[in-house]
Amino acid sequence: MSTRIFGSGIKRREDPRLITGEARYTDDIKLPGVLHMAVVRSPYAHANILGIDSAAAEAMDGVVAVFTGEDVDLAGIPTAWLIPDSDLKTPEHPALAKGKVRYVGDGVAIVLADDRYRAQDAADAVNVEYEELPAVIDPEEAAGEGAPLIHDDVEGNIAFKWAPFDKAASDAAFEAADVVVSERILQQRLLPTAMEPRAAMAQYNPATQELTLWCTSQNPHIHRFIISAVTGLNENKVRVIAPEVGGGFGSKIPCYPDEALVSWAAIKLGAPVKWTETRSENYLITIHGRDHVQHVEMAASNDGAIQGVRATVYAGMGGYLSTAAPGIPTILHGLLYVGPYTIDSVYCESIGVMTNGTPTDAYRGAGRPEATFLLERMIDKVADAIGMDPVEVRRKNLIPAFEDGYEVAAGLNYDSGDYSTAFEKALGMAGYDDFRAQQAAARAQGRYLGIGVTAYTEMCGLGPSQVAGAVGFQGGLWESATVRVTPTGKVQALIGASPHGQGSETTLAQIIADEIGFPVEDIEVVHGDTTETPMGWGTYGSRTTPVTGAALAHAARKLKEKARVLAAHLMEASVDDIEYADGSFSVKGSPDQAQSIQEVALMAHLAWNMPEGMDPGFEESQFYDPPNFVFPFGTHIAIVEVDAETGVIDLQRYIAVDDCGPQINPEIVAGQIHGGVVQGVAQALCEGVIYDDDGQLLTGTMQDYCMPKADMFPNFELGETVTPSPHHPVGVKGVGETGTIASTPTVYNAVLDALAPLGVKQIDMPLTSAKVWSAIQAGSANGGGN
Amino acid sequence: MWPNKFDYARAGSVDEALSLISDDGKFLAGGHSLLPVMKLRLDAPEQLVDIGRIPELSGISANGGLTIGATTTHDEIATSDAVQSMCSALASACGQVGDQGVRNFGTIGGNIAHADPASDPPTVLVACGATINIQGADGARSVSAQDFFVDLFETDLEDGELITGLSLPNCSDCQCAYVKFPHPASRYAIVGVAVCLKMDGGTCAQADVAVGGATVKAVKCAGAEAALAGTSLDDAALDAAAEAVKADIAEWLAGDIAYPEAYRQQMAGVFLKRAVAEATG
Ligand SMILES: Cc1cc2nc3c(=O)[nH]c(=O)nc-3n(C[C@H](O)[C@H](O)[C@H](O)COP(=O)(O)OP(=O)(O)OC[C@H]3O[C@@H](n4cnc5c(N)ncnc54)[C@H](O)[C@@H]3O)c2cc1C
Repeated sequence: MSTRIFGSGIKRREDPRLITGEARYTDDIKLPGVLHMAVVRSPYAHANILGIDSAAAEAMDGVVAVFTGEDVDLAGIPTAWLIPDSDLKTPEHPALAKGKVRYVGDGVAIVLADDRYRAQDAADAVNVEYEELPAVIDPEEAAGEGAPLIHDDVEGNIAFKWAPFDKAASDAAFEAADVVVSERILQQRLLPTAMEPRAAMAQYNPATQELTLWCTSQNPHIHRFIISAVTGLNENKVRVIAPEVGGGFGSKIPCYPDEALVSWAAIKLGAPVKWTETRSENYLITIHGRDHVQHVEMAASNDGAIQGVRATVYAGMGGYLSTAAPGIPTILHGLLYVGPYTIDSVYCESIGVMTNGTPTDAYRGAGRPEATFLLERMIDKVADAIGMDPVEVRRKNLIPAFEDGYEVAAGLNYDSGDYSTAFEKALGMAGYDDFRAQQAAARAQGRYLGIGVTAYTEMCGLGPSQVAGAVGFQGGLWESATVRVTPTGKVQALIGASPHGQGSETTLAQIIADEIGFPVEDIEVVHGDTTETPMGWGTYGSRTTPVTGAALAHAARKLKEKARVLAAHLMEASVDDIEYADGSFSVKGSPDQAQSIQEVALMAHLAWNMPEGMDPGFEESQFYDPPNFVFPFGTHIAIVEVDAETGVIDLQRYIAVDDCGPQINPEIVAGQIHGGVVQGVAQALCEGVIYDDDGQLLTGTMQDYCMPKADMFPNFELGETVTPSPHHPVGVKGVGETGTIASTPTVYNAVLDALAPLGVKQIDMPLTSAKVWSAIQAGSANGGGN
Repeated sequence: MWPNKFDYARAGSVDEALSLISDDGKFLAGGHSLLPVMKLRLDAPEQLVDIGRIPELSGISANGGLTIGATTTHDEIATSDAVQSMCSALASACGQVGDQGVRNFGTIGGNIAHADPASDPPTVLVACGATINIQGADGARSVSAQDFFVDLFETDLEDGELITGLSLPNCSDCQCAYVKFPHPASRYAIVGVAVCLKMDGGTCAQADVAVGGATVKAVKCAGAEAALAGTSLDDAALDAAAEAVKADIAEWLAGDIAYPEAYRQQMAGVFLKRAVAEATG
């Protein structure tokens, strides 16, 4: 018996090059004669540009050119998620500001010079005269009376209003309920902080009119058509290469002005042009995540049955509408309002608001963490209001197990779920009942322990293209893949998606190895180049394993079928008598007569002796459009202790039971959960963008913006349940975002549970010690919890 | 990321460093404070004089008290037996600076010259009565740590003057401690408290207390010292000292948007108690 490669925790094959520094990122690529681009960026959040004087800059050594918004004839950077029935406005987003700047960091001019230092010196020497205008950062305020108008053609700063659910039915559910709890929840802005900042380099060949753009992209094929659209070049003349990409978390989905500008400048000047973001620029101009002000209510009966959830969400879009921005607080958010619970009534009004902040867009979880948080937060409030244990409330409302389809009130058809099993398993691991006793004992000694429990499900593996079209996504959401076998039996799997740190080169190879028996070491996954790889829509939304993985499994199955027929022919046996095991085809009854997959591949290439009608070669492709999303689920539990003297939170235990279907590689699954949990906990405890009233970013460096650190975390206690997706060829679901989705409310609720005896009911995230301490003072001043 | 243009020269001796330095020049030691601000273009010296390899500036010697050269690294101080025995709070403070990489490069001289209000070593130097030794074109002088730190990023150092080192009295007969409440983002001090207690049996004969992080500079806290001295460091004394320390630092408070002054002031009291507990524990 061989051990099955599917399910084994082999080491990530991408790690040696990453760990030894041999990986080649965009900035590592050197071209002779390259010009360096530096961008003159607005120091104001909102201002009219009165004049730009670049004479001094142009006269400096090594400076080739300075261009402003008036010089650059690119089409505007498009928004590509056009939510229907939302009165959507898509204000123009010029690559360089024309007449007006709308956030700190908005590009005003570019300098091209022969050296990066000289480019920066010259950028500093460009003199821009501004007339400062009042700025607005808070989305609710920006949507209110008297807020400064950011785009003339976006009245009241409201870019869209999305409210697809039945308001009357929701109102009726709320009127009939025994209790209604409410809260204003702030989903603070977050900085995605990928380890590699963004970078772009373009080279244009005037003779062939071909443009090559190397850039930090999660979706090079999408970048190709956006660059083609903004430059006017034919799409087949644009080649986008995403070399090694050091993480993205969503921030490398959008097409930004910078990628368009290096392309334009390379064409204009006939020289390669390179731009690499500094970390300071990254924090100013690369998209931010979240930024919701939510007014949330939940209705329940006195026995704990949840009857409805509704919210009005003001979602900050920033100064321009980024590529996918409108889809995040709408489709990816409101459709998740029932979570794993039997809630019959949902209502969401999501208002996309232009502000003078950095544009926002998808950040790990994208819309779903913001939904899961409000749901879980409100359940704890319901529990508090009716005097029931929060675990009991959840237990009572969980959707019973189902294997193939469950329609929820928010309109989605969940694929499969067994929420209770994961829930009880996590509670068992945590020792929930014992904990409540310990908590009581600790409180008696003046120590404040708390527990938070989150049951979640989420939709990922985006998604059926028909649905994408119906919800206004300006693209498809299928993937394609080619499994190409060389004559010597080595495999290249070419995929349209573009992994950038997830470990997909390992897991996708494991899928192929499992299907068709090539050793995993002989399988290379090729991605990130629009010329080398077939079309694909990219790596985001936990979709690469579910969608690309399915395409590869199908392509491998086609190859296996071809191999079976060819093997039968070569062994002069009937196809029905061919048995397959571990990469070898043998004839039933005479096991010594066998052909390995490598031998078959060679014979297919040589084509000396093919069966009637069979084409030569050994390569298959598959386009795969998933019939539905996949819906991973699970339960997370956090135990914290709060130091009431300082407000410092100690995360003592973190238990995560996740179900992403069969795990291709448990080590990689664990890695995704670890990373996701860390990012989600960081939202609860420490990360948060702060702007001042003028729209200046105060958290512009890691000295002020608190990234999570390893010593903030205990060893995670992971568990799993396995519920396959019924519609996926190998049953897998996505797991890239679950940790982020589940962990924020888990830790938040644990802290609020700890603080309950001190009379603390609400604290805006992140739960810094200063805020916790102030809340304790205020709570105690009000007579504590009881 | 992209500093302005500058000239660079390496000095082999203190005299050479003092002769090389120009009006718009700066000394470069470990570069861990200077280079980041240059990369952000918040500072743009036209000349750097590298003092990192001047032998006479580096090292720790113990003879009655401690003498520490300016380019001695945080790690050398944190791991020095002499410092451990004569002023364990300084070893502790230097051991809590940044991470190991920062401690291997960052120097004590650079740290105090930069005078970041959230730095750790200055708080101990002020508490324990250190003297800063300075040399300039006009000769050598010494100034007490308390007078050396003037304000936010501001010291008594004149342009062109070089810190050669610092001297500390031998506090091996004291119980001292440095306790730090790190900012979760930067890991600099939200508040850092240094205490140096001379115990006479169960009674505190003398207390030296300084607070940093919460203040624009390391501040010597006479009120807290008075509240502790002559007591058995009982709860009442500690409560009184915690109140007093808040008053001691009131005129020097500093904060940021996430950890405002009022919070830091409160925490100074909390961490004073913790520092006393650690020193006497
Ligand atoms: C990531 C990071 C984390 C840090 N965390 C902490 C922390 O937790 N606590 C803490 O206290 N500090 C912290 N620091 C600061 C660190 O202690 C200082 O950067 C370091 O000690 C400065 O010394 P240096 O030799 O690198 O000085 P440099 O950067 O070389 O110089 C700093 C300044 O001092 C001047 N200077 C240097 N030496 C002399 C001298 N002998 N005479 C006169 N002027 C001189 C220079 O001209 C310059 O203006 C951190 C730094 C970093 C980068």
